[in-house]
Amino acid sequence: MNILSILDEIEKVDGEIYERINPRRKAMQDFFHIGKKISLAAMPLALGSLFNKAYGQATPTAVNEVLNFALTLEYLEYHFYNHALVAAPGLIPAGAPTAAITTIRDHEKAHVDLLKGALGSAARTPLEYANFDFTAGGTFSTVYSDYVTFLKVATAFEDTGVRAYKGQAPVLKGNAVLTTALQIHSVEARHASHLRQMLAANGATGLKPWISLGAGGVSNDTGIAAVDPVYARENTTLQAGVEIMGINGTAVTKAAAAESFDEFLTKAEVVTIANLFLKTGFKL
Amino acid sequence: MENLKENQGTSPKETDILDARLERRAFLQYAGAGAAVMALVAAGCKKDRSPSMSFGATLDFKDDIGVLNYAYALEQLEAAFYIQVATNPPSSFTTAQKNYFQDVQFHEIAHREFFKKVLGTSAIGSLDVDFSSINFSDGASVLAAAKTFEDLGVAAYNGAGVRLKTDAYLVVAGQIVSVEARHAAWVRDQISNGSFADLSSLTSLGANVSGGLDAALTPDKVLAAASKYIKTKINVINL
Repeated sequence: MNILSILDEIEKVDGEIYERINPRRKAMQDFFHIGKKISLAAMPLALGSLFNKAYGQATPTAVNEVLNFALTLEYLEYHFYNHALVAAPGLIPAGAPTAAITTIRDHEKAHVDLLKGALGSAARTPLEYANFDFTAGGTFSTVYSDYVTFLKVATAFEDTGVRAYKGQAPVLKGNAVLTTALQIHSVEARHASHLRQMLAANGATGLKPWISLGAGGVSNDTGIAAVDPVYARENTTLQAGVEIMGINGTAVTKAAAAESFDEFLTKAEVVTIANLFLKTGFKL
Repeated sequence: MENLKENQGTSPKETDILDARLERRAFLQYAGAGAAVMALVAAGCKKDRSPSMSFGATLDFKDDIGVLNYAYALEQLEAAFYIQVATNPPSSFTTAQKNYFQDVQFHEIAHREFFKKVLGTSAIGSLDVDFSSINFSDGASVLAAAKTFEDLGVAAYNGAGVRLKTDAYLVVAGQIVSVEARHAAWVRDQISNGSFADLSSLTSLGANVSGGLDAALTPDKVLAAASKYIKTKINVINL
């Protein structure tokens, strides 16, 4: 990673970066001094501290709220996968499935660390595995004993993550943090695509890597009624006031129109979903 | 000089024959070159008549119109590629692969037409594409190209989002990029199962492995990478 090119990029997109940095020149010098010594693996944390120093007290409360909201979801995803890998032997078949879940778990851990670093002292209280109930009060009672149930919940989490980040994008508009959020967002989409293929290979015949129309045109294409809120409005074909089905005389069907755009979830909708998996005392 | 004279004197017939051969070869070469020049002139004249070749396309990044036209250009490229794949898929493709390439084709057409409609009279023209580097009858070549287009598309949207000033366009861009990422992951898994989010292979596109961050590139870098597939001259201003 070339830190100078990153600063160059920020300079292009955030005209105020100099104003943010100038009064804190000492902090920036400290950062560059550290930058020479730290390893590549530690860069995201250092990058987080850079943003923290550059934006400092000036970091808008709304931006911190979004980052903490994202951090909660990343904790949820990380602990979900990590527990499956370390505490549920035999749940995930060896080979490609375990490798895929490990890849995803590692990304979620990286996201947790990145967001924690970016937030610094403003980061929320860390969440532990014990703070979650991944059975959702018994709805998914076999989540750590039945592989297919595990994949169903995993798919729902990733599709939720994709939709949650999108919904918060306007709060980060024009902010360098938006690019980082988008880079996390598309990784979640890649995870969702792969998990859907894993689920398709384990009974959910025909489930596509992209969210399609459900049976009879409903918004949930997984056929799992318990996760309906995750797919709210995914059957819409209207984007920014433009009807996508048959647009400009093309043969774009209703299903293709629904598939070609992922929908966003409001913060309230995501909170409702996340709270199903958070124990009392830790709910959002 | 004496040796030269001596040589000239000793073998006049050989040199004459040699000269004659050279002249004949030279004539053939000139004739060939002439034909090639004629062909180029003809091709040039033909292309000059195409409006998109004459005027090119200008992406003015001073406002959202420029960013949307940039996305429109990339979606045109993707749609053109997938239409060709879906219309005439490689014989090695499975039924599932053929079906999903049909899906992807319509997703990209939907994206292309969405931008065209939103931009209205501000839209750039249709781009001329150059897919001569892709072997459309070879499954591996098609998958490799699809991977390139999808990963680059993800990098483009991720890098351009911060330039958007209108909430609605920012949200729509986010709604599109995650579908591109789903495509990218699926295509990658067709090439090598498990490579759906191999960030280490995406660092040249701006991904960061330790941060778990996907690709993100500025428009100039994306257009440089896409230029081999686009014949139309694209001018970038106010970037």
